[in-house]
Amino acid sequence: MSLSRDEILASITDIMRDVFDDDDLEISLETTAEEVEDWDSLSHIRLIVAVERKFGFKFKNSEIEGLKNVGELVNLVETKVG
Amino acid sequence: MLRDLPWLPAAGPTFRDDLRRLQAELAGGMGPDFPQRLMALATAALDETQLSRLAGLAGAVADGETALAGLDRVRLGVIGDATLTLLGPAIAGSALRHGAAVRIIEGEYSAALQEATDPDSAIRTANLDMALIVTDRRLLGLDRAASDPQEAAAKVAGAFQKIFRMVEGLRPSVRSAILVQTLVAPTEPLFGSFDRVEAGSSFAMVEAFNRQLAEWAGSGAVVLVDIARLAGSVGLESWDDPRQWHGSKLGFAPDLLPVYGDVVARTIGAVLGRTRKCLVLDLDNTLWGGVIGDDGLAGIALGQGSGSGEAFVAVQRLALELRARGIVLAVCSKNEEDAARLPFREHPDMLLREDHIAVFQANWTDKAANLRAIAAALNIGIDALVFLDDNPAERAQVRRELPAVAVPEVSDDPAFYPRLLAAAGYFEAVGFSQEDRARAAYYQGNAQRAASLEASGDMDSYLASLEMTCTIARVDPVSRPRVAQLINKSNQFNLTTHRYSEAEVAALEANADRHAVQVRLVDSFGDNGIISVIIADRQAQVWEIDTWLMSCRVLGRRVEEAVLAHLAAAARADGALSLVGRYVPSPKNKMVAEHYDKLGFERVEQAADGARTYRLDLSSYPTPDLPMHIDDRALAVLETER
Repeated sequence: MSLSRDEILASITDIMRDVFDDDDLEISLETTAEEVEDWDSLSHIRLIVAVERKFGFKFKNSEIEGLKNVGELVNLVETKVG
Repeated sequence: MLRDLPWLPAAGPTFRDDLRRLQAELAGGMGPDFPQRLMALATAALDETQLSRLAGLAGAVADGETALAGLDRVRLGVIGDATLTLLGPAIAGSALRHGAAVRIIEGEYSAALQEATDPDSAIRTANLDMALIVTDRRLLGLDRAASDPQEAAAKVAGAFQKIFRMVEGLRPSVRSAILVQTLVAPTEPLFGSFDRVEAGSSFAMVEAFNRQLAEWAGSGAVVLVDIARLAGSVGLESWDDPRQWHGSKLGFAPDLLPVYGDVVARTIGAVLGRTRKCLVLDLDNTLWGGVIGDDGLAGIALGQGSGSGEAFVAVQRLALELRARGIVLAVCSKNEEDAARLPFREHPDMLLREDHIAVFQANWTDKAANLRAIAAALNIGIDALVFLDDNPAERAQVRRELPAVAVPEVSDDPAFYPRLLAAAGYFEAVGFSQEDRARAAYYQGNAQRAASLEASGDMDSYLASLEMTCTIARVDPVSRPRVAQLINKSNQFNLTTHRYSEAEVAALEANADRHAVQVRLVDSFGDNGIISVIIADRQAQVWEIDTWLMSCRVLGRRVEEAVLAHLAAAARADGALSLVGRYVPSPKNKMVAEHYDKLGFERVEQAADGARTYRLDLSSYPTPDLPMHIDDRALAVLETER
């Protein structure tokens, strides 16, 4: 499976709209958790589970702990599926 | 894979829109069938995010002023030292499948024991109906090996004491059941296979702890949620996700939240008496391979040592096992009746025989109509049925027409039918009594009685032909479990729906001001067991009927008149001049709205919420002549006492 960064971002945007229950949520590579209502440590677990399910791999804790914004999550997914 | 809830249909593409619509209706006026649509939306293989959305709705319904048909409102405390926040929404979302609208009240992180034992804590003052104790070996010190068997026993006892104190602390503040989870053993061996031998291993200590918990649950003090079994079924390796424990103190992999939520929710449903009662079986390609009408007796695949034939025998074996524990079996098949019955009569490998089947519907009418007929013949609700059918079109039709019937998805390989049917948990039980063992026979007798009524036509001679003996006796320790079961499970023929736990029933028995009796009925078809419970408050001039309930199995048998005759005689013997009864409407008890009117009581009060109070003047009450022998032991005792 080879996905472009845009495709990964689009998938993650879909997942986030679902997880944070906001159909109008706009996500960019620069978006951080602080900017999204309801993005707390627990919904973060749901988000990670949904991303793992969508792309079919598992993260290490060390990988997700350091994430600063959506762009870094996209980078991480890209290296995992690439 | 069990984790994907494969017995449930996939969530539709309109899930979010449907949910929004329901949310809007909840805020601004519910449309027709709101509860049915809510339950149908929940009856799909939802993920943890979808469940948490539904949980919001479930909580709002639970908080609402009025009960909704088919949904009991439950305030559930979730208490434990691990991360609980993700558990509650999964439970509440799943509970909508099991007839409960649950409001979760979550305990404080890492303060479980303090909260449980402090009467002023948020949890203790939250007006709980039920509580769930969430535990983990790593929080009870059972993840580290003990150095010798004595230390192991002490560690297990200490862990059990902690849970025991939590439960007993909570108990005065919880109206109904307290649910306790079993512990999941570690995936990683220490010694290896020898772990099971060495009492000090974490594995052996967890097993010992679970045994103690099971014994405790056997006493009826707590209700077990066997998470250890669930973890084994989905696979320990999948269950036990060390990343989640290290990262967030969540005890298991979050992608298993949906199956975890369903297992807890079905236990809540079982406590509420929402366990299904009847398994309805399709025939062709469900109980045997092939089509009996086309292939004939010799052409169907069943047994005979072939893999596919043996798979159908296994389906039948599960059905028989369920029947032995009290689940009624019925058949619903598009077939000519003679052809459909042929294998039951003549095929050597059929385990199921005609006398195992309470109602046999083989015709060309649509299945929804036949399922309605089966429920009517057995005198149970449509929501007590499970329908097993290999044909996706039939399943879809039944789901559309009768959303209250549980219709498991099955794989296209019959070898997996038993696993899917069992994994769905439709027949979840929190206890098992002699009455349960005999229940399938009762219902079957009922269907025969109905048939015999059709044959005889005349009601009175029919009742006389039943040779009924009605025994009325005080509730005592022997009858107590069944009495408590009836008090907590009867919904339809239940005038006030007052619920009392087994301990409260024991207190009732000891209270001289309360008259608590149980009624048994034996007839020519068999012993129906305890079928009615009445609790009356003895006051100076008046006996007030607090509870009057009856099993719908014995409707139309004039048992209620026998009960009234008993109450009148007992109250008179006690010096009372009148009986007072109340009808308190619930979503399920419309059947008895006119109960007291029919028995000749006079309406004295009607409240705005529909509750009515009735009075019967004992001076003008004539003792009826009933078509049964009445053995009134409770009256005899009362008369001796005076």
